[in-house]
Amino acid sequence: MKLNELTIKQAREGLKSKKFSSVELTKTCLEQIKKHNPSLNAFITITEKEAIDQAKAADNLSSQGDALRSWEAKPLLGIPIALKDLFSTKGIKTTAGSKVLENYVPEYDAAVVKKLKDAGAVIIGKTNLDAWAHGSSGENSDFGPTKNPWNKEFVPGGSSSGSAVSVSSDMCLAATGTDTGGSIRLPASFNNLVGLKPTYGSVSRYGIIAMASSLDSIGHFTKTVEDSALFFNITAGKDSMDATTLPNPTEDFTKNINKGIKELKIGVPKEFISTDLDKEVKEKFEQSLQTLENLGAKIVPVSLPYTEYGIAAYYIIQPSEVSSNLARYDGVRFGNDRSNFGDEAKRRIMLGTFTLSSGYYDAYYKKAMQVRTLIKKDFDIAFEKVDALISPVSATLPWKIGEKINDSLKMYLSDSLTVTTSIAGIPSLSVPAGFSDNNLPIGIQIMGKQLSENLLFQIGNAFEKETNYFKQKPNL
Amino acid sequence: MNYKPVIGLEVHVELKTKSKMFCGCKTEYFGEKPNSNTCPVCLGLPGALPVPNKKAIEWCIMIGLALNCEITQFSKFDRKNYFYPDLAKGYQISQYDKPFCQKGFIELSNGKSIGITRVHMEEDTAKLTHQGESSLIDFNRSGVPLVEIVTEPDFESPEEVIEYLKKLQQIVRYLNVSDADMEKGNMRLEPNISLRKNTTNTTNKQILPSYKVEVKNINSFRFVDKSIEFEIKRQTEILNDGKTPVQETRGWDENKQKTVSQRIKEEAQDYRYFPEPDIPPIRLPETQISNLKSRMPELPSLKFARFKKSLELSDYDAEILIRDNEVSNYFEEAVNIGRTQEINPKQIANIMINKKINIKNITPKELIKNIIGSKQTNAIDEKKLKEIISQILKDNVKAVTDYKSGKIQVIGFLIGKVKQHFPKGDTNQIKSALEKQLK
Amino acid sequence: MKIDIAHVAKLANLFLKPEEEKKFEEQLNQTLDYVKRLEEIDTKNVEPTSQVTGLENVTREDKILPALSQNEALSNTKSQQNGSFIVKTILAE
Repeated sequence: MKLNELTIKQAREGLKSKKFSSVELTKTCLEQIKKHNPSLNAFITITEKEAIDQAKAADNLSSQGDALRSWEAKPLLGIPIALKDLFSTKGIKTTAGSKVLENYVPEYDAAVVKKLKDAGAVIIGKTNLDAWAHGSSGENSDFGPTKNPWNKEFVPGGSSSGSAVSVSSDMCLAATGTDTGGSIRLPASFNNLVGLKPTYGSVSRYGIIAMASSLDSIGHFTKTVEDSALFFNITAGKDSMDATTLPNPTEDFTKNINKGIKELKIGVPKEFISTDLDKEVKEKFEQSLQTLENLGAKIVPVSLPYTEYGIAAYYIIQPSEVSSNLARYDGVRFGNDRSNFGDEAKRRIMLGTFTLSSGYYDAYYKKAMQVRTLIKKDFDIAFEKVDALISPVSATLPWKIGEKINDSLKMYLSDSLTVTTSIAGIPSLSVPAGFSDNNLPIGIQIMGKQLSENLLFQIGNAFEKETNYFKQKPNL
Repeated sequence: MNYKPVIGLEVHVELKTKSKMFCGCKTEYFGEKPNSNTCPVCLGLPGALPVPNKKAIEWCIMIGLALNCEITQFSKFDRKNYFYPDLAKGYQISQYDKPFCQKGFIELSNGKSIGITRVHMEEDTAKLTHQGESSLIDFNRSGVPLVEIVTEPDFESPEEVIEYLKKLQQIVRYLNVSDADMEKGNMRLEPNISLRKNTTNTTNKQILPSYKVEVKNINSFRFVDKSIEFEIKRQTEILNDGKTPVQETRGWDENKQKTVSQRIKEEAQDYRYFPEPDIPPIRLPETQISNLKSRMPELPSLKFARFKKSLELSDYDAEILIRDNEVSNYFEEAVNIGRTQEINPKQIANIMINKKINIKNITPKELIKNIIGSKQTNAIDEKKLKEIISQILKDNVKAVTDYKSGKIQVIGFLIGKVKQHFPKGDTNQIKSALEKQLK
Repeated sequence: MKIDIAHVAKLANLFLKPEEEKKFEEQLNQTLDYVKRLEEIDTKNVEPTSQVTGLENVTREDKILPALSQNEALSNTKSQQNGSFIVKTILAE
């Protein structure tokens, strides 16, 4: 296996036992990028020089006197990762996928970026995305669409399209993303990856270009569930610069990952599967349920009655907050002026401006906030009966590039199965669940109540060890 | 004039916390280069987030308590959305429907009670300097904590407005939360002024005029009544013409000494307020509010009452001594020291007021010492004084005759003569004794 | 509810060409028609949720932290003059 095809866990073991160096590992990733990025367009910025420097520093640190301490203190020492281009990186261009910020260079690092750097990570580049995170397919970037490495005619999912592809095509070993309505889970499921949308507030948003402030969750893509837990150990925690962060976790998220799922009650929300699920998606989902039962879990039908109103509530709350968050882009202190916004950004800004405006606030924004209460309550009630919930991530298989791009409402509906978890602020882990007949990845999501990530990792890991879908690679 | 002014006031007070409202930048940036006192938060950079300053919130609540407000137990911040170059984020973090303090009042000397509608927190904008066709923006000030105090339209004259402003300024300085200096811009005022028909039913506050004019850019006390008077006159003329003044914002022009129309907004600004998602709500239990109350210094009105009652000062003396918190504290320290040396508050008040003592140049202890010292010079033995005066009057017959014929200034000459015998003698005592014997 | 696109664009500080106005009006009306379904739900005594963390009273101490230098603050602007940002004067004053 080539070095860039390793998982974080495997790479770390190799680095520690000096089978290879971080510089070698990083170089193979960079070669992969050189070879395949032109056709996949996963990266906006490739920080080759900085990455090699960081890899050298990692190799130095791990060969110095107290190397053992470095390995312990820095769980990502020497591991190449990518960052979604919403994450502010000091001295490195951060574009949000938009012409408005095409030359913007932040003077500060996002809190999470700092944490990852402190953990020894090698940052290999900034990945492509739907501009401003507005999108579910990866086609909305002002810097060209990202392609799905499993089949380049198909969308990779969005908005964290480039991050997903960078990991699924082995350009790096992990990548950060944001999930506001499904923007990690959808591309994860379309790319045969593990994607974590953590509890809202568990990871700092400071320095990450805001989409919808009450919905943005900061997560990541990895090849395995254990890698995901390791990564979450680093990113989770209270931040004094973000007033909406929850207290520091008191546990190591990799600790109970092999506990198994005997006797766990996993609920299947009937509203999630009574939608028009694609035949193959339904099939793979039902196989997954069978697998979980074989592993000892109990599958319990539950109901989340307000599910059908999720998209409507989401597409009022989110654009409202977007319209306000994008008001600072006037081209005066930074960036280009507002005429550089793409169509989708303009649509959402205007939609949100309207739903907040005088005379309409009560009927739209306030109403949506009330429905939010009801959607949240649905989950609270369900979690009294079950330990976790499970469902498909997308009602459809990945679609062809161009298929939905001219119908914004159709595009919005791609998020039907993911938005309600965002509205409730609870965590969800997307894991590979198989492939369609034409070899397109299909994922499932495991949802839990607030701060239940350790349980999600536990379930996901048991499922992964049983199915091993992550071992399959796209034909590049 | 058959119209009565209806005036409400919106005052912004800049708090002198160490750091800004939502970030750790300094609030003291005077004299620094433009845009050298900013951070991602107050500069509105992509990805920055606000975290509220605890002290600023506490000080806002103290101001509300000093104005007899109800403190909202569960409040929040809201976004006020509008576009302007001095507004970094394209929205101002302020408070909309759940301000920290509401429904207070303050009493004026004429017995009238002015309603305080609300006291809330918000952040200051950047500084805009106009330069012909372009404007320069300096974000050093962006994010400084502001407390906004809004009154009911209860004022009926510029004099009432000025008294309120002075009282407010004094309260805020007593609380030591702001310098509240109009010239320096840390207390800003916007009156809204309209006129209503002066009917006999003056208690019916429900019937407000159909318009109101907001006046901005009043930078000092001396312009407060000028600008309000001008506006009252201007509106009177329009109303007398049978027309209604346009509802608008006008600016006070210092040079032209008149209010000038600023752009008339065809439609009222739609601020699209919604709860600030980046800041969790603030819950203030009763215990915390009582705690804040107990930490507040004694307010001017209470101190005034106490000086009058316990220290037996006159209205006049008390009013002067409480004007400035530092002076009143100094006075009280002196009173405490004087108590042990049989110097009473009245004497101290006299010296401080009449001799215009500069409290920075002399400590209370030294002041008391001086008073005692001058008291000792008072102790001229009455009998001896009488004897010497009799002798001097005998030796200066001409002076006595002059005095008795009306030239009373001659007494100065006689005092000088007496003083030669009593160099440390108190002039007043000598003068009184002379006048007595000259009768 | 039909959207007044010209008014909304102005409020949003976006300047649309006439063809754009028509296109967006159609698209936004379509979305608004969809989200209107929330009217079906009875929310009479339901409290609106604006925060999902359950956090309260998150504040910071009144401490001074290092600021950006003037150069850093100006590093991304296209036009500055002696350290100030420049913008064309708006007719307001």
